[in-house]
Amino acid sequence: MAMTMVEKILARASGLKKVTAGEVIEPKVSLAMSHENAALVINQFLEIYKDTGLKPKVWDPNKIAIIFDHRVPAESSKTATNQKKIREFVAAQKIKKFHDIRGDEGGICHQILPENGYVLPGTVVVGTDSHTTSHGALGAFSFGIGATEMASVWALGRVLNVEVPRTIKVVARGKFGRYVLPKDFILYLIGKITAEGANFKVLEYHGPAIEKMPTSGRLTICNMSVEAGATSGIVPPDKETLRYLKEEAGVKGKIEIFGPDPEAEYDQVIEIDVSELEPMVACPHTVDNVRPVGQVGQVKVDQIVIGSCTNGRLDDLAVAAKILKGKKIVRGVRMLIFPASFRIYQQALKLGYIADLTKAGAVIMNPGCGCCLGVHEGALGDGEVALSTTNRNFKGRMGNPKSDVYLCSPAVAAASALTGYITDPRKGGK
Amino acid sequence: MAKVVLKLGDDISTDIIYPGRFMATVLPSETPQYAFADFPEFNARLKRGEIPPGSVVVAGKNFGCGSSREQAASTLKGHELVVVAKNFARIFLQNAINLGLRLVVCPTIEAEEGDELEILSDRIIDQTSGREFKIEPLPKARQAIIEAGGLIPYTRQRLLEKKSSRPKI
Ligand code: SF4
Repeated sequence: MAMTMVEKILARASGLKKVTAGEVIEPKVSLAMSHENAALVINQFLEIYKDTGLKPKVWDPNKIAIIFDHRVPAESSKTATNQKKIREFVAAQKIKKFHDIRGDEGGICHQILPENGYVLPGTVVVGTDSHTTSHGALGAFSFGIGATEMASVWALGRVLNVEVPRTIKVVARGKFGRYVLPKDFILYLIGKITAEGANFKVLEYHGPAIEKMPTSGRLTICNMSVEAGATSGIVPPDKETLRYLKEEAGVKGKIEIFGPDPEAEYDQVIEIDVSELEPMVACPHTVDNVRPVGQVGQVKVDQIVIGSCTNGRLDDLAVAAKILKGKKIVRGVRMLIFPASFRIYQQALKLGYIADLTKAGAVIMNPGCGCCLGVHEGALGDGEVALSTTNRNFKGRMGNPKSDVYLCSPAVAAASALTGYITDPRKGGK
Repeated sequence: MAKVVLKLGDDISTDIIYPGRFMATVLPSETPQYAFADFPEFNARLKRGEIPPGSVVVAGKNFGCGSSREQAASTLKGHELVVVAKNFARIFLQNAINLGLRLVVCPTIEAEEGDELEILSDRIIDQTSGREFKIEPLPKARQAIIEAGGLIPYTRQRLLEKKSSRPKI
């Protein structure tokens, strides 16, 4: 029987010839990722072993990745103590893929995994983070789970009782217009199908516009697939996937790739012509409250943020630098930039983007999640407005329930920094 | 009988249930203090112990959307609240079942704060309004975990089975 991408992956990982949507299986995990919330995973993991007479030992220290990114450097003694506990556990259990707070190999988990070649097509990846959907960009079935579920994976190497999800096929045709980016595509899609439109389902991306999209853009769309409720987003691996893994992520040896069966059964098919898209903005306080930039009205902004696991990659910094080069950010607006990893930071330095951005008045922050989750590094005042390339604008997301967050692409963010209002990047000069 | 103590709308995110700024607190024994922290009045009533266990939070569609933070489930479990919603976001639903937080999927639920609900296995009877609402069963994939009393005892069980089936070296 014909299978979708995710059905094929799950059948392999479960040692079955075929699986169908709705079936309950227990797939083997190829990579299990956590960040600072590993502190809770460790607690639950030890709880599982309590009174069993067994020594707590993770199933495979090579398949566990732990990345410090949510609160780096630690913003409180509590976080610092949690991080210390995690370091001790990592050393005791000999966990290999550990990325501490370092200027050579640190960064946000959803950038560290791809750029180090930890994610391979056709595998099952789980992470204690909802944006684990990102790694579907490389053709893996990658989804978010809670800390207790991760503790169970650490013990058994499988996810217990997974229901095979149904898949929505999204076909993207046409050519992106000037300053219309993958972020605009995913915002448009979320606006169209709503924040729960793909709940319990997978979004599988196809079409010429996806084939031409670099991995960085695919990461953006798979990353935000969860904002439509999707269990995962996935792009069938192709030439670009192989290029990225070999040239950028340093993967050696043969990489096996496969796509879905042509006759696979989909829940529904959504067709989008990207040539018709405009730069989009998600207005407060839900991600599906999406409008074309021209229809948001006169919105004055106080803080602009470029970064996060959604849009903190080299392409994103490049477009911002291009718009801001030789210009000045308007007074009264502060702009914070969080490269997604130190590798990206170093590349941006070399290419001169960091100089262009700082000369314009932007502040370059250390790679990490920064103010995306409202803990530190860029709080908002009461009544202030943020325009951000991050992925969530829920009330209080950036730490202050009395502030507003608008979401957009790096091009809209940069163009708005020059005016102080949410601005269409296509309106400015070249 | 269970009283509705809080009524919420659609798309209640984990940022509302358990704001991100308290995420350095992770232990289920410590998270209950921050439940609905941005609703200071409700949070204060919870902390003063004025809300009896088994009280109901009623919500619309997509309850628990957003971040995978398990604190959002453990903070409600700590107060033994029951959440009745039109439907739930996937990760929250799984976290809740894994921790033994009681969720009821009730696609048509309409109830007001103060209503007294009788929650049966297949339907809810609102004793205050006299209306009845059908309940949808939880995903069958999760049944074994619910029966084992949560994912920790379930995994422990599986681990011991695996151990005993392995030949001794
Ligand atoms: S950048 Fe934001 S959305 Fe991404 S992993 Fe960090 S906190 Fe989560």
